[in-house]
This record gives sequence, C-alpha cells and structure tokens, in this order.
Amino acid sequence: MQRYILSRLIQSVFILFGVLLIVFFMLQLTGDPVSLMISRHATPEDVEALREELGFNRPVAVQFGSFIAGAVTGDFGKSLRHKQPAMDLILSRLPATIELAATALLLSLVLGIPLGLVAGSNPGSFWDLLSRGTGLLGQTIPNFWLALILVLVFSVHLGWFPTFGRDTWTVLGLTLPTRSVLLPAFSLSLFTMGQLVRFTRSAVMEIRSEDYVRTAYSKGIAHRKVYIRHILRNAAIPLISIVGVQFGYLLSGSIYIETIFSWPGLGNLLAESIGNRDFALVQAIAFFSSFVVVFLNLLTDIAYALADPRIRY
Amino acid sequence: MDKILEVTDLITRFHTFDGVVHALSGVSFHLYRGETLGVVGESGSGKSVTMMSLLHLLAAPPARIEGGRALYFGDNGPLDLLGLDTAGISRIRGGRMGFIFQDALSALNPVMTVGRQISETLVEHLGMTTARAWNRSVQLLDYVGIPEPGKRAAAYPHQFSGGMRQRAMIALAIACQPRVIIADEPTTALDVTVQAQIIDLVLRLKSEMNMSVIWITHDLGVVAGIADRVMVMYAGTVVETAPVDDLFYRPAHPYTIKLLGALPKIGQAGNYRLESIDGTPPDLLEKPSHCQFVWRCDHAGDRCWQDIPQNREISPGHQAACFFPFTDKGVR
Ligand SMILES: Nc1ncnc2c1ncn2[C@@H]1O[C@H](COP(=O)(O)OP(=O)(O)O)[C@@H](O)[C@H]1O
Ligand SMILES: [Mg+2]
Repeated sequence: MQRYILSRLIQSVFILFGVLLIVFFMLQLTGDPVSLMISRHATPEDVEALREELGFNRPVAVQFGSFIAGAVTGDFGKSLRHKQPAMDLILSRLPATIELAATALLLSLVLGIPLGLVAGSNPGSFWDLLSRGTGLLGQTIPNFWLALILVLVFSVHLGWFPTFGRDTWTVLGLTLPTRSVLLPAFSLSLFTMGQLVRFTRSAVMEIRSEDYVRTAYSKGIAHRKVYIRHILRNAAIPLISIVGVQFGYLLSGSIYIETIFSWPGLGNLLAESIGNRDFALVQAIAFFSSFVVVFLNLLTDIAYALADPRIRY
Repeated sequence: MDKILEVTDLITRFHTFDGVVHALSGVSFHLYRGETLGVVGESGSGKSVTMMSLLHLLAAPPARIEGGRALYFGDNGPLDLLGLDTAGISRIRGGRMGFIFQDALSALNPVMTVGRQISETLVEHLGMTTARAWNRSVQLLDYVGIPEPGKRAAAYPHQFSGGMRQRAMIALAIACQPRVIIADEPTTALDVTVQAQIIDLVLRLKSEMNMSVIWITHDLGVVAGIADRVMVMYAGTVVETAPVDDLFYRPAHPYTIKLLGALPKIGQAGNYRLESIDGTPPDLLEKPSHCQFVWRCDHAGDRCWQDIPQNREISPGHQAACFFPFTDKGVR
C-alpha cells in the first residue's frame, strides 16, 4: 500500500510538471505577451520598460527556469491588475469556491444517491422514472440557464433568496454559509447529481442480482440491512471515483455560475483575469485548478484501494 | 420416519420477455429427519429453482410461485413456507434451513470479512452481541477445519483458497444450527481431492448436528456415496425417487436408466458427468402437455404423447413418473 501511494505521488508530480510546462508555453504561444498587456498607445520605450520589468527580455529557458522555481514555492508572480501576488488572490477567493463546491457536492450526494438507490431497487417505478429524468436533465440542461430560471423564480418572484452575492455569517470566529449559497450550489450540483443518480441506479441494479446478495438473503438478513451492508457497500466503490472526479470539477470553480451570481470565487477571478489579460493570474489559476484535480485524483485512488480489499498493490 | 419437509405440486414460472418459462411443473418430494437426499438431473432441470422457491430466494419478477405447498415440520407444528411473509421466511432462512451455494467466491461478499459475514447471521437470528458473534464465528471456522481461524476470520473471501472458501461458506450455513442444509452443487467448482474433503465435512457435521441434508449434484458418483435417497429431476418435474440402492440397481424411469448408462463402467477411468445423453431437454417456454422425455425415450408409446405421467409407486419408497416403467417383473 505504501509503495502504491508513493508511486502515485511520483506520478502526480510528473503530471503537475507537465501542467506547468503547458501553462508556461501557453503564454509564449501568444507571441509577444507584453504587446497584449499594454495599451495600444504605448511608446516603444514603455513596451521595452514593461518587458524588462516582467523579465520577458530574458532567454526562454531562463524564464522557464525562474517560472518553475517560483511555481514550486507557489509564487506565480504578481497580478498586473491587482498588484498583489497571484497566489494570495487565489487563496483569498478559495473559501467562497470551497463553500460553493462543498455545498453542491453535498446536495448532489444527498439527493442523488438515495434517488439512485430507490430507483435501482424498483426498476420501472415512479422513482425510477424520476431518476432517469434527473439523470438525463442533469447532464443536458446547461447550468447557467437553470441558474437564471432559478433566480427568476425563487429570488425575483418569491424573494426567498438573494439574487446574487455571497453572504456569510460569523459565529465564534467561524465564517458560516447562509442561504445565499443554495441557488448557485443547486445549479452547479445538477450535473454531478445526474451522474450520481445514473451511476447509483445502474450499480444497484447490477449488484442486486449478485450471488452474494442472494446469500445474504439466504442467511435471513432483513431487507434493509441487505441493502445497506451488501448492496450499497459494494455500489459505493465505483461511486468513490465519480465523487472524486466531480469534486475536482466543482472545486476548480465554475465560471458561469460564479459570474451569474457574482460569487466571489475562483471562477469569477478567472473570468475577470482573462478579461484583463492578467497573465500571471491566469497561469496561477490554471495551475492551481490542475493541482486540485490531480490531488483529488490521488486521494480518490487511495480511497478506492482502501475501500476495496481486493485491490492490493 | 418423521418428515422435516414435505413439498407438494410446486409450480414456479418465470415471466420473461420471451414468454413464460415453465421452470417447475408440479414438483413433489419430502425429506426425512436426519437423512441425506440426493437431487440429480441435467443442468436446467429445475434443481436450484426448486430449493430457492422454498426459501423465496428467486427474484420476483420474473419468478412467480404459482402453486403448491411446502410444509416445514418445526417444533411448533407444520408451517407452509410458501405462505410465509418476509419476517416469517427470514426466520427460516439461515435459522432453520441453511444454504450452501456452488461458487463460494461469488456467493460471499467480496468486501466484507468472512468473520463478519458469519457473525451477521448469528446477530440476526440469535441476537448475539457483535463481539460474541465474532468469537462464535472463529469457533465455527475452527469447527469446519480452517487453520488459524482467528486470523482467517478477519480475511476477505478472495484471500481464501477454493476449498477453504467452501468451508467458510459451510460454516456460514450451519452457524445457527439449522435443521436442514441445502447444498446446491457445493463441490462442482473444486478439484477432486478437495471435493472429497468437503463431502466428508458435510457428512460429519450432519451427524454431529443431527441435520437433514439436500445435496444437489451433477455427479452420480457422489450421490452413490452419500445419499440415503435420490430424487431425479427432469424438465421441471421429479421423474423418479428411490432409496439409493434401488435407484442404482433397479432404476425404473427410462431417463434414470440413460443417466446410469452414461456412467463409466467399473474399472473404467473418467468422471461421472451427465453430459453424454443423446438429445436435448425440452423448451420450457412451452407448457407441457405430454411426457417431456418422450422424444429422447427409446420405449415411448402412444400414451406418452398424449398425457403427462404422474409419479406412481413402483415398490415401497420408490416412485417413477412413467407410463411404462421398468420393474422387477421385467419390462412393462
Ligand atoms: N431468472 C430466470 N429467468 C428465466 N428462466 C429462468 C431463470 N432462472 C432459471 N430459469 C430457468 O429455470 C430452469 C431451471 O433452472 P435451474 O433450477 O437453475 O436448473 P438446475 O437444475 O441446473 O439447477 C432453467 O431452464 C432455466 O432456464
Ligand atoms: Mg443449479
């Protein structure tokens, strides 16, 4: 097991190095980055000065070396717009994105798994129909469209939620979410929920007819316990990887949802930095998101190995 | 002798997209206390479906039990298994009747320790605490001959060898000291030496715990060695039932005779599989209207194409469902 974790760790480091490579050369491919950053009316001297300041006049290899050296310590340079280290900006936006992503994940787990479970155990029933509907809609409805409809109905007409922004609530020094997170989180969760419903349903349908489930019944174990201990426990193993991948996707921040709700998270920051041609910041966010995904994949693989005793490395 | 189980006219059908599968068309048999009943027949003849019907273990839909009675003679008088509700049948399952399945690898939960799978039954039926149930599980593993039982209880099924896994399955089936053990081809997946050990084990447990055993198998050699009585199934019916010696020395049904004819002769090497009978079993999608063996039978008469033969007594304790059975007095 330790060897497995170690080898996956090394693998992850290589992947992240690859990401850094891409992120770095992405900027080089734009041609002259400085000409994109500076006003059209700037004099050649201004351009040269900025180039000097940002270090773009050095050879590419040297630039890459210092980029990597900085990246390893989390230093991606300063944001041109905010005049602050890019990583500080990311970290300041992170709590909002985590709040949104965690709420969305929680919603999709709490709604998706039970629905898939009930549907998978009663194929053809009302719940099955509902689950198939949810699975289909969750994966086909664009979430920004859903978000707009939800705002229209629940915020504008009914006034149950704020139309935009993030309100928090501080108790004993802890910053807690308020209902302002619910609409964006629900809109964001729909896709993940659809996946979880579909996957839980098909896993349950398959596992229900496994020999060991019949054995459990043949021992006289009550229905509910058979479901929880034998069916759900086995269905949970493939679900781990879905949850891991989806949480990575949720955590890297949704540009659409955060923009629609003016949610002060990473997605919003990314949209803004792209608009501002704030390259250091774009690079930092791109790398940070990849890092989160790679890290979650690593955790997922470890959780997978722990949950399934048949997997031993 | 006292009966522990009496099944009458059991009818089970599968309602599938292709039509109705007449899996069991009136199966009747009984089991005496303390005996071993061998059940033989080609694959698909309804051996497993019969036993699973008794314990409501078939998925419904598609399965539906559409007739019959299955009396279990417990301490509180007879009980019709087919009429029990979920709670009632749950008490019988594992508590009064234990099931040993063929392939212990797929029949045990891959992500639960073997000890836990045994404890689960004990907690459910005997209301033991988890800790006591665990200790008892370790004892049971020891009892069925698993070395280092304390360590093995904490292992998962895939960490056992085939024979050890089948022993664990047996420990699970006998955990609550059931009165009846149903072993559905428990040795088919094992090699011959291990097979013999498993047979010895079940017979030992049977006599020590005073159980009755229903042993389903393809293997007439095994039946000859362990059964007191034998029941032969064909196309969802019981075609012959007899004490083991009668069946081997005085078979009455043409199907049984063909089965026995397919046995290797004494001194001849080979295994006792039933694959070598000519013809194929009938399509169960058709409702039977005549003897189901008729087109494979060398002795069929006109009557065999018109009626379904019922089981008739040939000699005490020996029945066959044939219009023209072979008897001591010669052919028909
Ligand atoms: N789920 C099912 N759906 C349709 N037919 C089934 C199903 N299960 C069993 N059968 C049919 O019931 C018959 C008896 O099967 P079974 O009792 O398993 O035979 P065996 O004697 O080999 O144990 C077979 O012909 C099989 O096709
Ligand atoms: Mg079978």
